[in-house]
Amino acid sequence: MDIRNKTYDDVLVLSPEGRIDHANSEDFRNSLGPFIDRCKSNGSRMVLDLAGVDYISSAGLRCFMLAEKQAKAQGGTIVVAAMQPVVKEIFEISRFTLIFETYATVREALARFSPAALKAYQA
Amino acid sequence: MLVRFWGTRGSLPVALTSADIRRKVETALSLAIAQGVDSPDSLRSFIDNDLDFSISQTYGGQSSCVEIETGRAEYLACDMGSGARAFGTHIMSAQKSGPIVVNVLMSHVHWDHIMGFPFFAPAYVPGAHIRIFGCHDVIEKAFRLQQSAPCFPVDFSRLAANIEFIKLEAGQIAEIAGFNIAPKLQRHTGNSYGYRLERGGKAIVYSTDSEHKLEDPAETQAFVEFFRNADLVIFDAMYSLLDAVSVKEDWGHSSNIVGVELAQLANVKQLCMFHHEPAFNDERIQSVLNETIRFERLTRGDQALIVSAAFDGMEIEV
Repeated sequence: MDIRNKTYDDVLVLSPEGRIDHANSEDFRNSLGPFIDRCKSNGSRMVLDLAGVDYISSAGLRCFMLAEKQAKAQGGTIVVAAMQPVVKEIFEISRFTLIFETYATVREALARFSPAALKAYQA
Repeated sequence: MLVRFWGTRGSLPVALTSADIRRKVETALSLAIAQGVDSPDSLRSFIDNDLDFSISQTYGGQSSCVEIETGRAEYLACDMGSGARAFGTHIMSAQKSGPIVVNVLMSHVHWDHIMGFPFFAPAYVPGAHIRIFGCHDVIEKAFRLQQSAPCFPVDFSRLAANIEFIKLEAGQIAEIAGFNIAPKLQRHTGNSYGYRLERGGKAIVYSTDSEHKLEDPAETQAFVEFFRNADLVIFDAMYSLLDAVSVKEDWGHSSNIVGVELAQLANVKQLCMFHHEPAFNDERIQSVLNETIRFERLTRGDQALIVSAAFDGMEIEV
């Protein structure tokens, strides 16, 4: 699975697209892996931009949890932004909002991390 | 086929406290005042139509015991948790003539699934015949152990009923009480077994104490086939998905989310959430049910899935 990625200042924004379900969750996890590996102890920060994701299953959510666990162990931070309404509800019902900070937009998420990242995003 | 739930709580029986009852009464009366309830008729209507189940009733707190009516002069149940005490009382009061015959399918022998048996009245009745089926080798040992000194005053050997232990094999269909019954190995500490019961074109699946590893598509598919086109799946939905894949991973239980997903993939008609977390009060279970119904609507394909939450005393006609 291709995941679009773009860096604003020192914040990486990952933008997967489509459905993340039982059929492709391992593919998604493998695609996500190299980015999470980079999320090292220098305070790396990452935004998962879910604007293009229209459905996520339990298997997909598990990939998110594993990514968050690895990033946290490495000293990094992952937040989630721009969820479509259905995905947002699935996040809430699954209780994943307890481990992920969520933002309505990528802009808001970047604003949380750093003025420099936000400035780069708005440029 | 009628399914009757005698015990629906997971891990440990629980009871409402006086504070719980007071809160329910206070909430109900406050709502009644606000709605201007002023007569016995309007009160009954208010209770039936306007109060949440979690206020007007309770999910109960007995541990696993589920009866499936056989339509014959014999009984069939899954597990002997603390709900078996009331099940036994029901048998004693309903039995009109002839010897009592009870068939029990054991998911496993963790304490919450066997603890009702020492209080199961038919076990003390001479001439009663109790057949305990299961796939574990240790079922008889576990039943005898829990009634050994110093844990219990009546040793298993003093029970008057004729009690048989009969081994089943996973994947092999057994005919019991008029049902074709297929056991399936499930992921749980010490293993557990689910049961698919079929008769007259209807299918019920009892699948509790079962953890589903989401990274294994083959395992997922095996459960989809086990649940395939079932009229009712009784499912271990003890945890939230987050807990099931994080802090409570490998604790041997599943979530409401995975229950809905498997049921949808398998074209199941009704999913009944079971083995409720003992730390949850009635409001929390009701909230989880409401969220699960919402999740089913969000993810529904061609066929709607009925979602319910089991409570002690609940009956489902299949």
